[in-house]
Amino acid sequence: MNAPVLQVDSLHIHYQTLAGMVKAVNGVSFNLYKGERLGLVGESGSGKSTTALAIIRMLEGPARIIDGAINLSGTNLLALSDDEMRAVRFDRVSMVPQGAMNSLNPVMRIREQIRDIYEAHGKLPKRSELDGKIAHLLTRVGLKPEVAGMFPHELSGGMKQRVCIAMAIALQPQVILADEPTSALDVVVQRQVMETLGNVQQELGAAVILVGHDMGLMAQFVDRIGVMYAGRLVELASVEQIFKAPQHPYTQQLIGSIPNLEQKKLFKGIPGTAPSLLDPPSGCPFHPRCSEAFEPCTLDVPPLRETAPSCWVACHLYEKVVSHDHPA
Amino acid sequence: MATAQALTQPVTETRPRRRRINWLLVSGLIIMLALILFGVGGGMIIDKSYAQVGAFLPRMAPDAERLLGTDSQGRDVLSVLILSTPNTLLIGLIAGTVGVGVGVVLGLLSGFFGGIIDGVIRTVTDVFVTIPGIALLVVIATNVRSINVAIMALIVASLAWRFPARAIRAQTLSLRERGYVQIARLNGVGGLELVIKEVLPNLLPYIAASFVSTVSQSILATIGLEALGLGPQNEYTLGMMIYWAQFYGAILRGFWWWWMPPIVIIVLIFVGLLLTSSGLDDLVNTRLRRSV
Amino acid sequence: MTILLEANHAGKTFTTGGFFKRSEAYALRDFSLAIDDEKPIVTAIAGESGSGKTTLARLLLGVIAPSIGTVRYKGVDVHTMKRDQWREFRQDVQAIYQDPFEVYNPFYRVDHVLTTPVAKFKLARNAAEAQELIESTLNKVGLRPEETLGRYPHQLSGGQRQRIMIARALLLRPKIIIADEPVSMVDASLRATILESLLKLHEEFGISLIYITHDLTTAYQLCRDINILYRGAVVETGDVEQVIKQPQHPYTQLLVGSIPLPDPNRRWGDETVDQARRADVPDTGCLFADRCPWLMPACQNAPPPLYQTSPARATACYVYEDEAKATTKSEAEAVLSGEVS
Repeated sequence: MNAPVLQVDSLHIHYQTLAGMVKAVNGVSFNLYKGERLGLVGESGSGKSTTALAIIRMLEGPARIIDGAINLSGTNLLALSDDEMRAVRFDRVSMVPQGAMNSLNPVMRIREQIRDIYEAHGKLPKRSELDGKIAHLLTRVGLKPEVAGMFPHELSGGMKQRVCIAMAIALQPQVILADEPTSALDVVVQRQVMETLGNVQQELGAAVILVGHDMGLMAQFVDRIGVMYAGRLVELASVEQIFKAPQHPYTQQLIGSIPNLEQKKLFKGIPGTAPSLLDPPSGCPFHPRCSEAFEPCTLDVPPLRETAPSCWVACHLYEKVVSHDHPA
Repeated sequence: MATAQALTQPVTETRPRRRRINWLLVSGLIIMLALILFGVGGGMIIDKSYAQVGAFLPRMAPDAERLLGTDSQGRDVLSVLILSTPNTLLIGLIAGTVGVGVGVVLGLLSGFFGGIIDGVIRTVTDVFVTIPGIALLVVIATNVRSINVAIMALIVASLAWRFPARAIRAQTLSLRERGYVQIARLNGVGGLELVIKEVLPNLLPYIAASFVSTVSQSILATIGLEALGLGPQNEYTLGMMIYWAQFYGAILRGFWWWWMPPIVIIVLIFVGLLLTSSGLDDLVNTRLRRSV
Repeated sequence: MTILLEANHAGKTFTTGGFFKRSEAYALRDFSLAIDDEKPIVTAIAGESGSGKTTLARLLLGVIAPSIGTVRYKGVDVHTMKRDQWREFRQDVQAIYQDPFEVYNPFYRVDHVLTTPVAKFKLARNAAEAQELIESTLNKVGLRPEETLGRYPHQLSGGQRQRIMIARALLLRPKIIIADEPVSMVDASLRATILESLLKLHEEFGISLIYITHDLTTAYQLCRDINILYRGAVVETGDVEQVIKQPQHPYTQLLVGSIPLPDPNRRWGDETVDQARRADVPDTGCLFADRCPWLMPACQNAPPPLYQTSPARATACYVYEDEAKATTKSEAEAVLSGEVS
């Protein structure tokens, strides 16, 4: 394994709300390696989007990063000033946010919006070169160069999303965060967009974190999957391992509940309800819904342990530790 | 273990905070309450004969006994002020209620049922909206033989329904498409019952906001008419105070206690109404935010 | 054998544009369906956005009137019905919508959507009976009345709200329920329970389900038959096993091939997913012609009819013309509503 390009270390994020303190992310740690595709999977409220937004420091308002470090090739992103972080955003870490197509400026042509990225980072190429660069970017995401002169409303949903990918790779970042980039798209367009993302990522040699809840999409796209529940990473392993032999009871139920085309009428949900993040259960947050819960589960939060090479689980059922606690 | 960063302040555990107090609404209501107390409560305490013609020597400056002096007819200005305030407020209230009442009915019918009903109501509303209010009101007022507070209120109300009708219609058009209206239809609810049971309750915040703004505008209109001399002749209103003050040359003669008191009260009325309306706005938005 | 809900070559056009440039857009062309009282169906209407599936739902519910063809209930045109016929139609044909929040009036507690139909359709004789009916119906969809009644919509989860909507539809003892993307806005772990409740409605109460979706996997899970819609026209229809496992129409193949399978060993292949649109193909022929890998001269003249390619399946593509004898669409639908196994 090569050296990690991104290291998230013990991230804790809380939201201060009218009802109290919501503990959205509780001690999340993982590494992201050069060129790899990592999937962050979980249901709503699991903390996966919050984690991604924290990495690019685009959390808003009531959210506070209480503790932790985010290391991008040696730089602690959480220690940077606002100006320094602005320089890093889109240059070294970029994001394709959820509903990205709605975040395109409706009164500016595509060309101007891409130009803005260059300008904001002081990397504006000469007039003569700019058009060429933009055309090249658009072609890389599978769009015709003519798109540069169009307005967002003239493009379809899939095309807009691909423009957002083009904008995310304009400055050739090391890490690309994609937060449910295809959630509003049709299945045919979804495949096109994901394949585009995969191609540009490979060309750039960048690493991608794909945040989402569609396990099918994860299976098609990522190399490793991190499963999040109630703000914690409960399992982290290769995509084959997660699908073939999931270890954490939550992951097992998650895999079991995926509808497939093999068998009809296979309706298996996950019993119980999602935990409150205001007042989480003691010990392991999954224990109220876990069929295998036993004594230690209500008392101690299980740490993320490596049970087999590159397989990490946070569960009291697995006592064996292969290497030290720092996740791979 | 990394340390908490300087930029992100450590968050201390706190109890759930109580709801923020809506200062806008509270102060607005306090002012309105004070004015009502002044006018109605004051009216019960004072001797009404002080406000009659010839009660005292005319054109006296304020002193220890007559706190605001007397006007050109010998009336105690403070007493007149106390008696005028509730009348002006009442005109605003009546006109506001009638105006919003008619406006809501028209707006609901027009917005919900569409078609010919909408066409007719909308055309009539649009025509009336384009007519300058004061001009029309002046024409009406000059043609009415004798005016009292009630008639004044009706004159102003005759145009007060225009903007509420429009605003409520726009809101109804939007609410008509909501999912719960479709569900109500599937539940067998139709026509007028649908409008009243499903749409109207969700219009209440807008109706309240519209009401306050209509009252505001009505008071402005009535003061405008009265300042021109077109108000109730035999009853006390703030606008008429201004009219008489101007008629008898108060400014030229330096008799500030004739025109300043009514203006101060008028300013207080508008400030109170503005704060209340902003506070209501805030209230509606908070409620919407929380319900999502 | 009574035919309940019947769409006969129903279609809908919407005119857009102002004074000078009016254009007509076909939201739905030529759809036919017949539901028999004695043979309840579980059918999927699958398509992407713009396929016309929402318009179809509204036509079948009688919310909008068709521009061509008819929508009838028990033989009577839905838009010329008398009052009592309409009431019966309204009670027999119900719907469940996509957004589990929008469908609740925020002014009322959730009980409102349950008590209203009981009152309007006179489902109970007094308040006690009404309460009992509501509580037992909530139990039938797996909800506990003490946890759900008396609350406001924002106090319940999306899954609970959607199940209350199912209970609402069930209260009226309908014959047909049209579910328009009932689980797409619900958390993944709750979807299974809701789909299961829907299936139960069919198996235990004999209610026909029309499941409108863009998700072929859940359509496969839930339904027996499926209609694939593309730009307002039915391109393939039939037994869900055959259509999904062995798709015939090139669009169906494209759809099925784009499904992200939850198996890392079966990834999307390298083949080009979608053709670039051809610019010069007119709309007078097959609607898929500008994207079709098998384009033939015949495709541009007239839209292909549905060819019966097997006893339980029909495809609208000229490629299958020789293979199967051509049948009219309503014949095909009659086959699929269960008369032929």
